[in-house]
Amino acid sequence: MSIQARIEDKLQSLDPDYLSVENESHMHNVPADSETHFKVTLVSERFSGLMPVKRHQQIYAALADELAGPVHALALHLYTPEEWQARGANRPDSPHCRGGGAAS
Amino acid sequence: MSETVEKIEQQIRENPILIYMKGTPQLPQCGFSAQTVQALMACGERFAFVNVLDNPDIRAELPKVGNWPTFPQLWVEGELVGGCDIVVEMYQNGELETLIKDAAARANAGEEQRDS
Repeated sequence: MSIQARIEDKLQSLDPDYLSVENESHMHNVPADSETHFKVTLVSERFSGLMPVKRHQQIYAALADELAGPVHALALHLYTPEEWQARGANRPDSPHCRGGGAAS
Repeated sequence: MSETVEKIEQQIRENPILIYMKGTPQLPQCGFSAQTVQALMACGERFAFVNVLDNPDIRAELPKVGNWPTFPQLWVEGELVGGCDIVVEMYQNGELETLIKDAAARANAGEEQRDS
Protein backbone atom coordinates (compact mmCIF):
# COMPACT_ATOMS: atom_id res chain seq x y z
CA MET A 1 0.00 0.00 0.00
CA SER A 2 1.35 3.47 -0.79
CA ILE A 3 2.02 5.79 2.13
CA GLN A 4 -0.64 8.11 0.81
CA ALA A 5 -3.21 5.29 0.92
CA ARG A 6 -2.08 4.33 4.41
CA ILE A 7 -2.58 7.90 5.62
CA GLU A 8 -6.05 8.00 4.06
CA ASP A 9 -6.85 4.69 5.67
CA LYS A 10 -5.70 5.64 9.17
CA LEU A 11 -7.44 9.00 9.16
CA GLN A 12 -10.80 7.32 8.73
CA SER A 13 -10.58 6.85 12.51
CA LEU A 14 -11.45 10.56 12.87
CA ASP A 15 -14.82 10.17 11.13
CA PRO A 16 -14.08 12.71 8.42
CA ASP A 17 -16.89 14.50 6.60
CA TYR A 18 -14.24 15.43 4.08
CA LEU A 19 -10.70 14.12 3.71
CA SER A 20 -8.06 14.97 1.16
CA VAL A 21 -4.48 13.72 1.29
CA GLU A 22 -2.20 15.37 -1.26
CA ASN A 23 1.34 14.28 -2.00
CA GLU A 24 3.34 17.51 -2.23
CA SER A 25 6.74 15.83 -2.31
CA HIS A 26 7.39 17.12 -5.82
CA MET A 27 7.59 20.64 -4.34
CA HIS A 28 10.61 19.66 -2.28
CA ASN A 29 14.23 18.63 -2.46
CA VAL A 30 13.61 14.87 -2.76
CA PRO A 31 13.83 12.23 -5.53
CA ALA A 32 10.97 11.92 -8.05
CA ASP A 33 7.94 9.88 -6.91
CA SER A 34 8.84 10.35 -3.24
CA GLU A 35 6.23 10.10 -0.51
CA THR A 36 7.73 12.45 2.04
CA HIS A 37 5.68 15.66 2.07
CA PHE A 38 1.91 15.55 2.43
CA LYS A 39 -0.94 17.92 2.93
CA VAL A 40 -4.01 16.71 4.77
CA THR A 41 -7.30 18.57 4.77
CA LEU A 42 -9.77 16.96 7.13
CA VAL A 43 -13.21 18.10 8.20
CA SER A 44 -14.71 16.41 11.21
CA GLU A 45 -17.20 17.07 13.99
CA ARG A 46 -14.51 15.65 16.31
CA PHE A 47 -12.67 19.00 16.16
CA SER A 48 -15.55 20.94 17.70
CA GLY A 49 -14.39 22.86 20.75
CA LEU A 50 -10.74 21.87 20.27
CA MET A 51 -7.92 24.40 19.94
CA PRO A 52 -5.74 24.02 16.82
CA VAL A 53 -2.85 22.39 18.71
CA LYS A 54 -5.15 19.67 20.07
CA ARG A 55 -6.58 19.00 16.61
CA HIS A 56 -3.12 18.59 15.12
CA GLN A 57 -2.06 16.31 17.97
CA GLN A 58 -4.96 13.97 17.17
CA ILE A 59 -3.64 13.59 13.64
CA TYR A 60 -0.06 13.15 14.85
CA ALA A 61 -1.22 10.38 17.18
CA ALA A 62 -3.05 8.58 14.36
CA LEU A 63 -0.04 8.87 12.05
CA ALA A 64 2.75 8.33 14.60
CA ASP A 65 4.29 5.43 12.65
CA GLU A 66 4.35 7.32 9.36
CA LEU A 67 5.83 10.44 11.00
CA ALA A 68 8.49 8.40 12.76
CA GLY A 69 9.40 6.83 9.42
CA PRO A 70 8.96 7.99 5.84
CA VAL A 71 6.88 11.14 6.27
CA HIS A 72 9.01 14.25 6.61
CA ALA A 73 6.43 17.05 6.41
CA LEU A 74 2.73 17.08 7.07
CA ALA A 75 0.71 20.22 6.43
CA LEU A 76 -2.58 20.05 8.29
CA HIS A 77 -5.75 21.97 7.64
CA LEU A 78 -8.33 20.78 10.13
CA TYR A 79 -11.82 22.15 10.38
CA THR A 80 -15.20 21.47 11.89
CA PRO A 81 -18.01 21.17 9.32
CA GLU A 82 -19.17 24.71 10.27
CA GLU A 83 -15.70 26.22 9.82
CA TRP A 84 -15.24 24.41 6.53
CA GLN A 85 -18.52 25.75 5.22
CA ALA A 86 -17.68 29.27 6.43
CA ARG A 87 -14.42 29.27 4.47
CA GLY A 88 -16.12 28.07 1.32
CA ALA A 89 -14.54 24.59 1.38
CA ASN A 90 -11.10 26.01 0.64
CA ARG A 91 -7.72 25.01 2.07
CA PRO A 92 -4.58 27.18 1.93
CA ASP A 93 -1.61 26.45 -0.31
CA SER A 94 1.64 25.05 1.11
CA PRO A 95 4.93 26.89 0.74
CA HIS A 96 7.68 25.78 -1.60
CA CYS A 97 10.89 24.28 -0.33
CA ARG A 98 13.94 26.39 0.61
CA GLY A 99 16.36 23.53 0.16
CA GLY A 100 17.38 22.80 3.76
CA GLY A 101 17.07 19.57 5.70
CA ALA A 102 16.39 17.30 2.75
CA ALA A 103 14.74 14.06 3.80
CA SER A 104 17.42 11.57 4.68
CA MET B 1 15.88 13.26 32.13
CA SER B 2 18.38 13.82 29.36
CA GLU B 3 20.54 16.92 29.21
CA THR B 4 18.92 17.89 25.93
CA VAL B 5 15.43 17.77 27.36
CA GLU B 6 16.57 19.94 30.29
CA LYS B 7 18.09 22.41 27.84
CA ILE B 8 14.85 22.54 25.83
CA GLU B 9 12.73 23.04 28.92
CA GLN B 10 15.01 25.84 30.04
CA GLN B 11 14.75 27.54 26.64
CA ILE B 12 10.96 27.30 26.71
CA ARG B 13 10.84 28.62 30.28
CA GLU B 14 13.21 31.52 29.77
CA ASN B 15 12.06 32.81 26.37
CA PRO B 16 8.48 34.07 26.33
CA ILE B 17 8.46 34.08 22.52
CA LEU B 18 10.52 31.27 21.02
CA ILE B 19 10.58 29.64 17.62
CA TYR B 20 12.33 26.39 16.76
CA MET B 21 12.97 26.49 13.04
CA LYS B 22 15.11 25.22 10.20
CA GLY B 23 17.60 27.95 9.38
CA THR B 24 17.53 31.48 10.78
CA PRO B 25 14.96 34.28 10.52
CA GLN B 26 17.23 35.95 7.94
CA LEU B 27 17.89 32.73 6.04
CA PRO B 28 15.21 30.11 6.60
CA GLN B 29 16.06 26.68 5.19
CA CYS B 30 12.53 25.41 4.77
CA GLY B 31 9.40 26.92 3.28
CA PHE B 32 7.33 26.16 6.37
CA SER B 33 9.88 27.80 8.68
CA ALA B 34 10.09 30.78 6.31
CA GLN B 35 6.34 31.42 6.36
CA THR B 36 6.11 31.00 10.11
CA VAL B 37 9.01 33.28 11.02
CA GLN B 38 7.77 35.87 8.54
CA ALA B 39 4.40 35.97 10.31
CA LEU B 40 6.17 36.21 13.65
CA MET B 41 8.46 39.04 12.51
CA ALA B 42 5.44 40.92 11.16
CA CYS B 43 4.14 41.14 14.73
CA GLY B 44 7.05 43.49 15.47
CA GLU B 45 8.23 42.07 18.80
CA ARG B 46 11.56 40.65 19.88
CA PHE B 47 11.71 36.86 19.90
CA ALA B 48 14.24 34.08 20.38
CA PHE B 49 14.97 31.40 17.82
CA VAL B 50 16.76 28.07 17.76
CA ASN B 51 18.02 26.69 14.45
CA VAL B 52 17.36 22.95 14.75
CA LEU B 53 19.61 22.22 11.76
CA ASP B 54 22.54 23.42 13.91
CA ASN B 55 21.26 21.51 16.95
CA PRO B 56 20.60 17.90 15.97
CA ASP B 57 20.09 16.92 19.62
CA ILE B 58 17.24 19.41 19.99
CA ARG B 59 15.84 18.39 16.61
CA ALA B 60 15.67 14.80 17.84
CA GLU B 61 14.27 15.46 21.33
CA LEU B 62 11.90 18.41 20.96
CA PRO B 63 9.18 16.45 19.14
CA LYS B 64 8.78 14.30 22.25
CA VAL B 65 8.72 17.26 24.64
CA GLY B 66 5.90 19.00 22.79
CA ASN B 67 4.16 15.93 21.41
CA TRP B 68 4.66 17.61 18.05
CA PRO B 69 6.67 15.82 15.36
CA THR B 70 7.60 18.58 12.90
CA PHE B 71 9.27 21.99 12.63
CA PRO B 72 8.82 24.89 12.94
CA GLN B 73 7.32 25.15 16.41
CA LEU B 74 6.28 28.41 18.01
CA TRP B 75 6.24 28.49 21.82
CA VAL B 76 4.74 31.44 23.69
CA GLU B 77 4.95 31.73 27.48
CA GLY B 78 5.74 28.06 27.84
CA GLU B 79 2.90 26.83 25.64
CA LEU B 80 3.14 25.34 22.19
CA VAL B 81 1.14 27.55 19.84
CA GLY B 82 1.70 25.37 16.80
CA GLY B 83 3.53 24.97 13.53
CA CYS B 84 3.28 26.70 10.19
CA ASP B 85 -0.38 25.98 9.45
CA ILE B 86 -1.65 27.22 12.80
CA VAL B 87 0.65 30.25 13.05
CA VAL B 88 -0.08 31.47 9.52
CA GLU B 89 -3.81 31.07 10.01
CA MET B 90 -3.62 32.94 13.34
CA TYR B 91 -1.61 35.68 11.67
CA GLN B 92 -4.19 36.06 8.94
CA ASN B 93 -7.08 36.39 11.36
CA GLY B 94 -5.19 38.76 13.68
CA GLU B 95 -4.92 36.40 16.66
CA LEU B 96 -1.16 36.00 16.37
CA GLU B 97 -0.38 39.69 16.72
CA THR B 98 -2.58 39.92 19.84
CA LEU B 99 -0.94 36.87 21.37
CA ILE B 100 2.60 38.05 20.62
CA LYS B 101 2.02 41.66 21.69
CA ASP B 102 0.42 40.55 24.96
CA ALA B 103 3.26 38.13 25.69
CA ALA B 104 5.87 40.80 24.92
CA ALA B 105 4.09 43.34 27.12
CA ARG B 106 3.98 40.90 30.03
CA ALA B 107 7.64 40.01 29.55
CA ASN B 108 8.68 43.68 29.49
CA ALA B 109 6.63 44.44 32.60
CA GLY B 110 8.35 41.54 34.37
CA GLU B 111 11.78 42.82 33.41
CA GLU B 112 11.04 46.33 34.59
CA GLN B 113 9.94 44.99 37.93
CA ARG B 114 13.13 43.02 38.29
CA ASP B 115 15.21 46.05 37.31
CA SER B 116 13.68 48.42 39.87
